[in-house]
Amino acid sequence: MLAGCMLVWFVVSYGFGILLVDPMNSIRIGGFGLGFWFAQQGSIYVFVCLIFFYAWRMNKLDRQYNVDEQ
Amino acid sequence: MSLQTLTYLVVGASFALYIGIAVWSRAKNTRDFYVAGKGVSPLANGMATAADWMSAASFISMAGIIAFQGYDGSVYLMGWTGGYVLLALFLAPYLRKFGKFTVPEFIAERYYSKTARVVAVICLIFVSFTYVAGQMRGVGIVFSRFLEVEVTMGLVIGMGIVFIYAVLGGMKGITYTQVAQYCVLIFAYTVPAVFIALQITDNPIPQLAFGADISGSNVSLLDKLNEIVVDLGFSQYTNGTKSTIDIFCITLALMVGTAGLPHVLVRFFTVPKVRDARLSAGYALMFIAILYTTAPAVGAMARYNLLTTVQPGEIGSVDGNLKFAERPEWFNTWQATGLISFDDKNGDGRVQYYNDANPEFEKLANSYGWRGNELEVDRDIIVLANPEIAQLPDWIIALVAAGGIAAALSTAAGLLLVISAAISHDLIKGIVAPDISEKNELLAGRIAAAVAIMVAGYLGFDPPGWVAQVVAFAFGLAAASLFPAILLGIFDKRANKEGAIAGMLVGLVFTYAYIEFFKGLFLKWAGAPWGENTVEHWFLGISPEGIGVVGMLLNFSVAFVVSRLTPAPGADIQAMVENIRVPRAE
Repeated sequence: MLAGCMLVWFVVSYGFGILLVDPMNSIRIGGFGLGFWFAQQGSIYVFVCLIFFYAWRMNKLDRQYNVDEQ
Repeated sequence: MSLQTLTYLVVGASFALYIGIAVWSRAKNTRDFYVAGKGVSPLANGMATAADWMSAASFISMAGIIAFQGYDGSVYLMGWTGGYVLLALFLAPYLRKFGKFTVPEFIAERYYSKTARVVAVICLIFVSFTYVAGQMRGVGIVFSRFLEVEVTMGLVIGMGIVFIYAVLGGMKGITYTQVAQYCVLIFAYTVPAVFIALQITDNPIPQLAFGADISGSNVSLLDKLNEIVVDLGFSQYTNGTKSTIDIFCITLALMVGTAGLPHVLVRFFTVPKVRDARLSAGYALMFIAILYTTAPAVGAMARYNLLTTVQPGEIGSVDGNLKFAERPEWFNTWQATGLISFDDKNGDGRVQYYNDANPEFEKLANSYGWRGNELEVDRDIIVLANPEIAQLPDWIIALVAAGGIAAALSTAAGLLLVISAAISHDLIKGIVAPDISEKNELLAGRIAAAVAIMVAGYLGFDPPGWVAQVVAFAFGLAAASLFPAILLGIFDKRANKEGAIAGMLVGLVFTYAYIEFFKGLFLKWAGAPWGENTVEHWFLGISPEGIGVVGMLLNFSVAFVVSRLTPAPGADIQAMVENIRVPRAE
């Protein structure tokens, strides 16, 4: 679960935004190259979703294993 | 009403609000002073963290740097937001569970050692001072522009205000003031962005306008911008000039640094529950993202506006450039601060702005009769000057001033608090004089904050880079010193005091020395022939902004190896580490 989150985190920023930025830029949405979009917009949106997902999931796991705060 | 009166009014009103809140909830005892009685809701805490976090670097400097660097500026966007993910996933919930006031306190307990605590305090002071120095420069710029004085004078005024502000309040004052500050600064950031987006693309949402077509044409903003900058000899806006490894390292250093920043970590000591700490980080990032997704749009639009103002006609034609005598009002007012300068090198009375470091373009420029770039624009003024360049109404300009001040003040205050807590709580109460009274501890904290402001102000007079760059150094230092010790402290039961101390020292010394060597952080000796800050001299082509990553790797490896070679921590410590990972209290 943690590994999954970190994978998404890595792929959107380092993968799409940095390492693969040139090939990604050949795909265009609107006025953006996709790599550039990920570097300056997309990765940030993904980060926000990631933290909320993690908070929701961990809190659920804590309840499931009965270690949550009362 | 003149712009200056209006600015006084808006800035004054916002100040009255913050001071009102600070006085209303003035810290009564030490517990309140540091962590606001641990009774702040996740939403409010998220907003306060966002305000704390978004400093002058984010508000004033970042969009300016992006405007001039284009794609290379992405490191700041991804670095500063991505770090939050690390923070939320690996640190925040555990630190909250641990239930201490400060980061060195955590280190002291986890590594059962006073020496470790002192080392952590030293790391923390290096990080915080570097960071505050960047903020003070930001404060100086805002005050100098709106009081129409020199930057130096602006800085002195700013120091006075930060002092009153931080020393009286303490954390509780600051938590609720920061909620107010967040509202002021986000409003001040987005309103002008919306207006400018409308002007340029007819689309009111900056994030969409960023990729939209310029109004009245079917060319997109970014394509048009690429075309203009290339025509003036700069590199393409959407492609960087930095090497991939450098971009990678800077981004990573900023991310990890975010998760190791003492004034951000301390926020997560203030929520009542572990599940609140998790949620808090989510809200904080959401509030931060509103600004961070607007910033690149602001940067692109500002660059576009600036270039089309200076170069209204065809490049190379006789009347293609702005006549200096007909320069707009903002040009004049910013010249007074010394942050814009114009030198009519070819004596034609017009402003030529282009990349004269590009040898190919230089030939072309010579054939136009241009004799070098004539305009110097400090990157840190872009956000503040943006509404003026776009000719927006005065009240928006005043609002931006209030926002810039809010951003710089909130972070400076948060950092000063961390410095004062480190000295009064960790150093004096924890080590030098354990039986100090609460009252004296509070006093010591205030004196420490006052001294910190003086030093920070001194550093702010002659900063080694733009605000966001200086701040990036602070992140590199945090990444290389505190982050590994905290992370290993939570996840590696076998990590012991010898490892942590050795790791922190190696990481801090290496990173600091590298930055000092190339940029002259505190000692200001950069520019020596053996220390020129260029890519050929860099270690593996990694710039001083990104070197924190190497420092961090050194720290991790040293800590790991030394821990394995020295005795394991006691059973009680190992049990404590197990226990940190379980949310429920026993």
